Amino acid sequence: MTARTLYDKIWAEHIVAQRPQEPALLYVDLQLVHEVTSPQAFEGLRQRGLKVRRPDRTIATIDHSIPTTDRSLPIKDPIAARQVAQMSANCAEFRLPIFAPGSGHQGVVHVFSPELGLIQPGMTLVCGDSHTATHGAFGVLAFGIGTSQVEMVLATQCLLQQPSRNLRVNVTGRLKPGVGAKDVILALIAQIGVGGGTGCVIEYAGEAIRGLSMEGRMTISNMSIEAGARAGLIAPDEVTFAYLKGRPFAPEGAAWDEAVARWKTYVSDPDAVFDREVTLDGSALEPMITFGTNPAMGIPVTGSVPEPGALAAGVERDGLTKALAYMGLTGGQAILGHPIDVVFVGSCTNGRIEDLRAAASVLKGRKVAASVRALIVPGSEVVKRAAEAEGLDRIFLAAGAEWREAGCSMCLAMNGDMLLPGQTCVATSNRNFEGRQGPGGRTLLASPITAAASAVAGAVADPRSFA
Amino acid sequence: MKPFKPFESRIAVLAADNIDTDQIIPARFLKTTTKEGLGLQLFHDWRYAADGAPRAGFPLNRPEAQGAEVLVAGDNFGCGSSREHAPWALSDGGYRAVVSTSFADIFHGNALKNGLLPIKVPAEAHRKLLEAGSGARVKVDLESQTLTLPDGSTVGFPVDAFPKRCMLLGVDELGYLLQFEQEISAFEGTRQAPYDTRMKV
Repeated sequence: MTARTLYDKIWAEHIVAQRPQEPALLYVDLQLVHEVTSPQAFEGLRQRGLKVRRPDRTIATIDHSIPTTDRSLPIKDPIAARQVAQMSANCAEFRLPIFAPGSGHQGVVHVFSPELGLIQPGMTLVCGDSHTATHGAFGVLAFGIGTSQVEMVLATQCLLQQPSRNLRVNVTGRLKPGVGAKDVILALIAQIGVGGGTGCVIEYAGEAIRGLSMEGRMTISNMSIEAGARAGLIAPDEVTFAYLKGRPFAPEGAAWDEAVARWKTYVSDPDAVFDREVTLDGSALEPMITFGTNPAMGIPVTGSVPEPGALAAGVERDGLTKALAYMGLTGGQAILGHPIDVVFVGSCTNGRIEDLRAAASVLKGRKVAASVRALIVPGSEVVKRAAEAEGLDRIFLAAGAEWREAGCSMCLAMNGDMLLPGQTCVATSNRNFEGRQGPGGRTLLASPITAAASAVAGAVADPRSFA
Repeated sequence: MKPFKPFESRIAVLAADNIDTDQIIPARFLKTTTKEGLGLQLFHDWRYAADGAPRAGFPLNRPEAQGAEVLVAGDNFGCGSSREHAPWALSDGGYRAVVSTSFADIFHGNALKNGLLPIKVPAEAHRKLLEAGSGARVKVDLESQTLTLPDGSTVGFPVDAFPKRCMLLGVDELGYLLQFEQEISAFEGTRQAPYDTRMKV
């Protein structure tokens, strides 16, 4: 039998049917649903008189549109309130389980589901959200889909798919102190570009990846889409199994042992051939930060903003010029010390307990600069409880940061948490597109410790100065 | 979805690479629960100043771009979020095709499912379109997979056979998927669900 990649194996196991010259029917083990990309899909089912085929393979939450302030109050924005109410109504009508606010498990769709142990190696998983790639960290084929496809999966539990190409990213060596998962993925995207993974499923491998916790691995897989890749897989190992053990939906007893034995087969064969390979020297990486308006516009925090004049005339140079003008930066300037107004710690990229611990390690005994507003937004109700049990909330509040309720919040500014025009924010989220955090807002993407260090400094800071 | 017929149209040129879906339709407009009306917010923050007045410098606000059904944009069009609101907004804004040198995967798939044709052309043809500028005319023919450029030359473009057939006939993929009920049931018989809806939590 020919050697296969991890992706090839999961793909092959989920093909339901394929007619000649037509795309394959790929079976979906689990679909995650949230309020923003599903209402039109449920409406489509109604119009066709269809049911949800497998409520036991569908699970919902509410994350994008809800405020992260006091949940006992009604939602002020009437359009958001209607969308949130629609999600609950659709779940009731189609008999889907929903982890709504106050359930104890609500959270950002890519944070609450791994916590429940729902995400297990070898699965296929989709959601109407491009950061579904997050779950690839468990050796799961997970990718974002559009609303038409949400409807297809609700109705048939299948998708029509063409296979992707295999891209392996090897991150060699050990990361230096102060360098973490976020820095790895920002450095990779800076290297291969925002379209560098288009048409590919990435598999992350190498010593630096193996050395990461599940939280760190999720940060890496999460941003695969920012390189244009649909999915980003990491083969499961003892770290994965230890994370899953004892979670509410994880197998128990003899079923656990059987599951682990099966999960161990979800690795690429040693002689599997990848369409492309990219190597990153993990031991050489520095803390990273973005300076521009797409996630590939990243540099080490100790670096300088690139000069448009160094590029040949054309669309690329125009793009850089436009990005720097938007960001209020000048080519050649150091990014360290650039003044900031807001810090946002949270999101499906960096809203997990380990991320909050990292931010707290910097903020403990320090103060957020008077000129800075710092928002700490836990990724889920579970993360919030865990952080409070450890006393992280008191560290944040003592530092002068805001401690908020779980949700997507200022990652995409749908829920009222947004920048004012012209404000600059160091954010632990995943996108620095123009206006992503509010019209006219400027986003610098970085790790939780870089964000926390910058909050204290009131300007872009090197987290290693705060160790 | 209506059958996709050949058509001739002026082009609107937006010469920027990596136009992301947050530019096509900013997230704060995704609170809608329908597909209609998003054309009003298409490229909102590029089209309008903070006070709501149209920005005169934005290429799609110029007179020669009005009425265009074909948008010509830079490389890696539609990167970022999976929001299908992006093709809905483009279609609602009057566009039937987008021409670029490459497209982001999810946007590409979403566009095809909504009768919006992503046309990938070689750099040379793309350069000609940028030079011709907004207002120049092109012809789009999906059946023959050709785009006729303003200078009268034609260039071919790739489309997978299956979505092409769906677009030409004006049918959607869900209808096709529903024919596989037996195969799906047989496949499901071999698999255990990830959780039981009666379980704890």
